Amino acid sequence: MNMMAKATMLLLAVGVSACTNPDRLGGGAAGAGGVGAGAGALAGSASDPTSPAYFSQAIGDRVLFAVDTSTLTPEGQRILDGQVQWLLTNADYRAVIEGHADEQGTREYNLALGARRANAVREYLVSRGVPSSRLEVISYGKLRPIELCSNEACYAKNRRAVTVLSFSAATS
Amino acid sequence: MKRILTLLVALILSGPLTAQTGPLRLTITEGVIEPITFAAPVFQAENAQATQFANDLNRLVAQDLSGTGLFREIQANAFISQVSSFAQPIAYADWRAINAQALITGAVAVNGDQLSVKFRLYDVFSGQELGGGLQFAGTTAGWRRMGHKVADAVYSRITGEGGYFDSRVVYVAEGGPKDNRQMRLAIMDYDGANIQYLTDSSTIVLAPRFSPNGDRVLYTSYESGFPRINVLNVANVGRQQLQTAPGEMAFSPRFSRDGGSVIYSLSNGGNTDIFRSDLSTGQYTRLTSAPSIETAPSLSPDGSQIVFESDRSGTQQLYIMSANGGEARRISFGEGRYGTPVWSPRGDLVAFTKQHGGRFHIGVMRTDGSEERLLTASFLDEGPTWSPNGRVIMFSRETQGETGASALYSVDISGRNIKAVPIQTAGSDPSWGPLQP
Repeated sequence: MNMMAKATMLLLAVGVSACTNPDRLGGGAAGAGGVGAGAGALAGSASDPTSPAYFSQAIGDRVLFAVDTSTLTPEGQRILDGQVQWLLTNADYRAVIEGHADEQGTREYNLALGARRANAVREYLVSRGVPSSRLEVISYGKLRPIELCSNEACYAKNRRAVTVLSFSAATS
Repeated sequence: MKRILTLLVALILSGPLTAQTGPLRLTITEGVIEPITFAAPVFQAENAQATQFANDLNRLVAQDLSGTGLFREIQANAFISQVSSFAQPIAYADWRAINAQALITGAVAVNGDQLSVKFRLYDVFSGQELGGGLQFAGTTAGWRRMGHKVADAVYSRITGEGGYFDSRVVYVAEGGPKDNRQMRLAIMDYDGANIQYLTDSSTIVLAPRFSPNGDRVLYTSYESGFPRINVLNVANVGRQQLQTAPGEMAFSPRFSRDGGSVIYSLSNGGNTDIFRSDLSTGQYTRLTSAPSIETAPSLSPDGSQIVFESDRSGTQQLYIMSANGGEARRISFGEGRYGTPVWSPRGDLVAFTKQHGGRFHIGVMRTDGSEERLLTASFLDEGPTWSPNGRVIMFSRETQGETGASALYSVDISGRNIKAVPIQTAGSDPSWGPLQP
């Protein structure tokens, strides 16, 4: 990890945090099911750029999608660029990308749609140099919303792909 | 689960069942019908221990029949005659006078933990018995099944179709808040009685599906950390993971008609297609290969075709292809999105979930896509499953908002008789099993 890359990452992080809401993202441990359960314990301090807390809060651990799409938005791509830099810097972390959908849709279709979203994120990260061996995908469909209301304000936040970190010293 | 009941079916009368030529016949159509009226005087208790069972069985039979919406019970306070003996001749005039079209009499005996119930069905207006007397025997613990058997026989004799009361439903029992729903597999009688839990709530479980003979259940579990299909043996609750084609997620399984293989969806690299795996060899076959989402496969009763959903046209729609894959033809052309198709056991209809204008519906259409009819409408209805005789559909209905929760409902295919299935918890993803032997 060289200083140049780290500086680039910090700049990106600032750019991102300016247009996202740390309170909303701060919950971090989207931890749907067992996979992300360790994320809270890993979090560390948000002021430490090598910490998962920094990853989820300053960089942004999630990207959002329009209704029934898996296309990355320009803002989503900026967040993922930040994730790429962080993952390349902190090579001891692996990630599971969780795809989610809002509640408008059947369970089965939303599982498949969540898989599309998670894969859109994985493909983007891999295309920017993150080894695919460090990334896994999973979909929860509409089973794990973070916002509970039944209107677009909540749906918009539930249509997401969350990059959930896990520590793994022996990464390839 | 222990087999609690051995059923003995015996003709009480000598001689075979007579052909039903009397006028008491209800043809189930999709239009509005006038319910058949019936009287069911309390069954005779043949000994003291049988008194409570005679009463309970009588009520259960009446509930089963009334619950269909096809039958209406005449209350006992209207009766002119009483039936004091199972063998006594019927005073038809007294039952005609209160406009009871059918009369059901019964007798119950209990010996230790053994129980037997016999019944007769009379066509009041033509003044004759409809079919012969029947007797069912089993344990007192299994008394509800014997009541359902009696009701199935009555339903069958009057409608000429198979019944559905002595059947079970597997579903997902839900609890906890919307953002941390606890889910476990549960099995119950069709009417919500005798609930048993098959898994704990330590992981997400989804969409259980009965095998054709009811001995096993397929479901999707996140037990391994990722969605995988499990096969659960209902009798001993043992389970094992289905060997699928390689992929990131496997879900939406259904048994083949012979129970020997499974059709399901597999996601890999973000693309979801339909596969079939043989349960004994683990060999798999890819049935679709398109960049779109293909999921929710359901076989025709003869096993030759698969109805499924795909968004290859840009939105979710229903398609039919050969059970071996290949070219598919679209059958849904109405407005909105169509998902979760399920082929009726009678073969004539496909039930589906439709999403249109911010509402969800359960509907049915013919297998060529014609005669679409929506049976329900709500904020969120989904996941239809057919009764064994193809006359009733059970589904999940979820309410909206922060306290939103899912419940099980049933509706007959006319759409007139919609009602909640009483279970103790929230519930979703029902799968209706076969009529029990």
